[in-house]
Amino acid sequence: MGDPPITKALIEAHGLTGEEYARILALLGREPTYTELGIFSVMWSEHCSYKSSRVHLRRLPSSGPHVVQGPGENAGVVDIGDGLVAVFKMESHNHPSFIEPYQGAATGVGGILRDIFTMGARPIACLDSLRFGDPALPRTRYLVRGVVAGIAGYGNCMGIPTVGGECSFHECYNGNILVNVFCVGVAPRDRVFLGRAAGVGNPVIYVGSRTGRDGIHGATMASEEFDAGEEGPRTTVQVGDPFTEKLLLEACLELMSTDCLVGIQDMGAAGLTSSSVEMAGRGSVGVELDLDQVPLREPGMSPYEIMLSESQERMLLVARAGREAEVEAIFRKWDLQVAVVGRVIAEPLLRVRHGGAVVAEVAIDPLTRGAPSYERPAARPAYLERVARLSAAEVALPGDLGGTLLMLLGSPNLADKRWVFRQYDHMVGTNTVVLPGADAALLRVKGTRRGLALAVDGNHRFCYLDPRRGAALAVAEAARNVVCLGAKPLGVTDCLNFGSPENPEIMWQFSEVVDGIAEGCRELGLPVVSGNVSFYNETSGVPIYPTPTIAVLGLLEDVSGHAARGFCQEGDPVLLLGETREELGGSEYLKAVHGLEAGGPPRLAWDLERAVQQTCREALARGLVRPAHDCAEGGLGVALAECTFGSGLGARVRLTEGIRPDALLFGESASRIVLSVPEAHAGEVEALARVQGAPCQAIGRVGGDRLVIEGLVDVPVSACREAWARGLERQVLHV
Amino acid sequence: MRVGVIVFPGSNCDHDCAHVLREVFKAEAALVWHKETSLRGYDAVILPGGFSYGDYLRAGAIARFSPVMRAVEGFAREGGLVLGICNGFQTLLEARLLPGAMVRNRSLQFICEDVHLRLENATTAFTRAGQPGRVYRMPIAHAEGCYIADPVTLRTLEDTGQVVFRYCTPEGEVTEAANPNGSLGNIAGVCSRAGNVLGMMPHPERCAEVVLGNEDGRLIFESLLGRLAATSVAGVTARR
Repeated sequence: MGDPPITKALIEAHGLTGEEYARILALLGREPTYTELGIFSVMWSEHCSYKSSRVHLRRLPSSGPHVVQGPGENAGVVDIGDGLVAVFKMESHNHPSFIEPYQGAATGVGGILRDIFTMGARPIACLDSLRFGDPALPRTRYLVRGVVAGIAGYGNCMGIPTVGGECSFHECYNGNILVNVFCVGVAPRDRVFLGRAAGVGNPVIYVGSRTGRDGIHGATMASEEFDAGEEGPRTTVQVGDPFTEKLLLEACLELMSTDCLVGIQDMGAAGLTSSSVEMAGRGSVGVELDLDQVPLREPGMSPYEIMLSESQERMLLVARAGREAEVEAIFRKWDLQVAVVGRVIAEPLLRVRHGGAVVAEVAIDPLTRGAPSYERPAARPAYLERVARLSAAEVALPGDLGGTLLMLLGSPNLADKRWVFRQYDHMVGTNTVVLPGADAALLRVKGTRRGLALAVDGNHRFCYLDPRRGAALAVAEAARNVVCLGAKPLGVTDCLNFGSPENPEIMWQFSEVVDGIAEGCRELGLPVVSGNVSFYNETSGVPIYPTPTIAVLGLLEDVSGHAARGFCQEGDPVLLLGETREELGGSEYLKAVHGLEAGGPPRLAWDLERAVQQTCREALARGLVRPAHDCAEGGLGVALAECTFGSGLGARVRLTEGIRPDALLFGESASRIVLSVPEAHAGEVEALARVQGAPCQAIGRVGGDRLVIEGLVDVPVSACREAWARGLERQVLHV
Repeated sequence: MRVGVIVFPGSNCDHDCAHVLREVFKAEAALVWHKETSLRGYDAVILPGGFSYGDYLRAGAIARFSPVMRAVEGFAREGGLVLGICNGFQTLLEARLLPGAMVRNRSLQFICEDVHLRLENATTAFTRAGQPGRVYRMPIAHAEGCYIADPVTLRTLEDTGQVVFRYCTPEGEVTEAANPNGSLGNIAGVCSRAGNVLGMMPHPERCAEVVLGNEDGRLIFESLLGRLAATSVAGVTARR
């Protein structure tokens, strides 16, 4: 079977523009071979090259005292003390998960796990941020079941606990769901490995599964929008094999305990092409590959197919010359494929041989640093004018605020996600101190007294109404969630999910979101150490809401005594840190009860945010307060109800702000934390808040079996719990 | 006194078990690769949880053919203490070292959560530090944990005290609602007739430390290590 001739149609089918193709001709000084066309196509795809986002991402702060490795590697690395580092990253697997939910989500987990252990870290936890369409649609149920089962199927088998995350619903995701997976691992600081080729003559070694015809052009697929009615190119979705990945994890870590290894990188999107090219690029060397040595799943695969396959559970590594036998012995022990497939060369190019002939020879730089980069036009979207207006008169005050609270607790976005979490093994590894469902997950770091707190947050409604402030609010909330466990936020990773960057309005949203994240990170002193951009989340020209997902990693000096949460002692004063203003814009309440998505998102004052976080962290560190709870979606009413779920203890609360009762209960003013405090310590906490400049009010006391908000709400705790616990099953799963 | 923790390809609670033995109980523990053919030098053996061979085909169905299983069979036959947790229990069933079989949970979903267990037999080497009838809280994490056996086998298990743990309410009542996976007789753990082999679906290694908020799993390790300490003292005395 010969290679097809390079025609205009073929070039277009590879997602390359006329201009880009002209550049390829100029670079090569000749027509590309079919294999070369494929290599350019994947390396210059949005997914691999970040060509629409690179100019913007530079605005994110990425340095700081704890940063060991910032963006540009397989994952970011921060120092957590005791000679250890945390290696973490988040990645999207949106397009494949919509086409084939189980395998799409499963391979999303597999990919991010490889990004972590390729750096020498044993993964200790995953979290995921999931967004689905309208819960009333049967397809939504199918996707929820498939995605959750896929994440569980892969993560559980690998023995990496899935310890938290978020799961929400909105009709803007009807045609494009979001599956963003975060993973963190821990490694000794002096044993971090990079995806870097070095040492001319060193062997390039292929390990893991065999290469098959699956997933060819996955990266290109993820760089295009869907058409209506299209079931999608299902064959571009890879099939995961978590058992093989588990073997690969153990074998790689075993190899990393020797000194054979020079550099290593996972074969993710664009497989052998991107791993070899990126490793060569980072090391400023070249790589020569002999495809006849690549372990194949079936005979007759063309060099094009071998270079572009996205078969899972494969890694490419560079070892020290002369140590090949040791590397081979380790991978054979774990029943994995291992083959020397090439050498590091001095000339900075990728040379690919197949059947004795050179089938591709391309300079490295134009594929990596020199890949196209666009400053695409941006324009403020027209819809913003329309949605900015919110007149209080349009919003009728509900007659039964207690009933409204119960309805909100049972709404798909706020309801208990236990149905999801119980399918994930969230305890394997025996590090999980705070189980899923809290503000943040908490893991102990074995061999130390420390803990890592992890939170993933994003609010698509806020970002739709004001992308910049919405993104800043997400940074603030994720950091606040980590602080609610007493941890100090150390670093950020993000997933930026958007529609087509070729649409100036989407590009504007993207640019604003980057500025919002940059602002939040600067104000809170947080570096963004890794991340991922997913564009083209749109179907038939209808894009998703701009959805940045922010993950914050925090460090807790002493992890002991953190297992409990919520109200736990009758008579404890309840304190509210922060201020409640009349802010209904973008709230869950406005959407769920009134069907409105309008107004501006809540204001964000960084002095206030810092003061609230500092007070909370200090109070926890001094042992003055019981576990804290962030006040976010659903407002103070929902936050108070959530505090009762652990123990079943209620509270009597009095709120004195002279604002609309619904804004008081369900408005989502930022920078608020609910605390319950032993009586003896209440004064000290209030004094601490004064010093920090954080507003702090005693709003009531823990006790009884009802949640009473004087004059507004009086409901049994059991009713709150029932509504919350059954919400997902009633509204989404219909079981 | 040395405990071997078997590592099958795909075991993923092997390090957790070794951690508890070494760090919590200061006992000697070694990871034993599944291609080993001898268990000489070990005083007890743990088959840990996980997904041996990916649980492809059926949980434990491939692991039972690993070379080390011949040694485990011999070890058990000579009265050695063998504990199978979760996937390890499934493997012991597949190897016929324990009676019965596992099928998928009746919900057809993987379930990870704390359950309550009533200790039915406190005379085994693994439960001797406990009190019969006491309720323990431990997590389960499995998709194939619905224990089944034919009526004659079940009858025998009941009559001979081989049912060691049952799923129950926090108050200790054995009810259908407290049964997470559909196991017959709410069975969560069974032992061999001689009592030296125990298989259990719950994970005691996940709840043996105060930092994790639950220490009920200490029962198993305290019992096991206590028994080993007692026999090793007796052994030394006898040899003298």
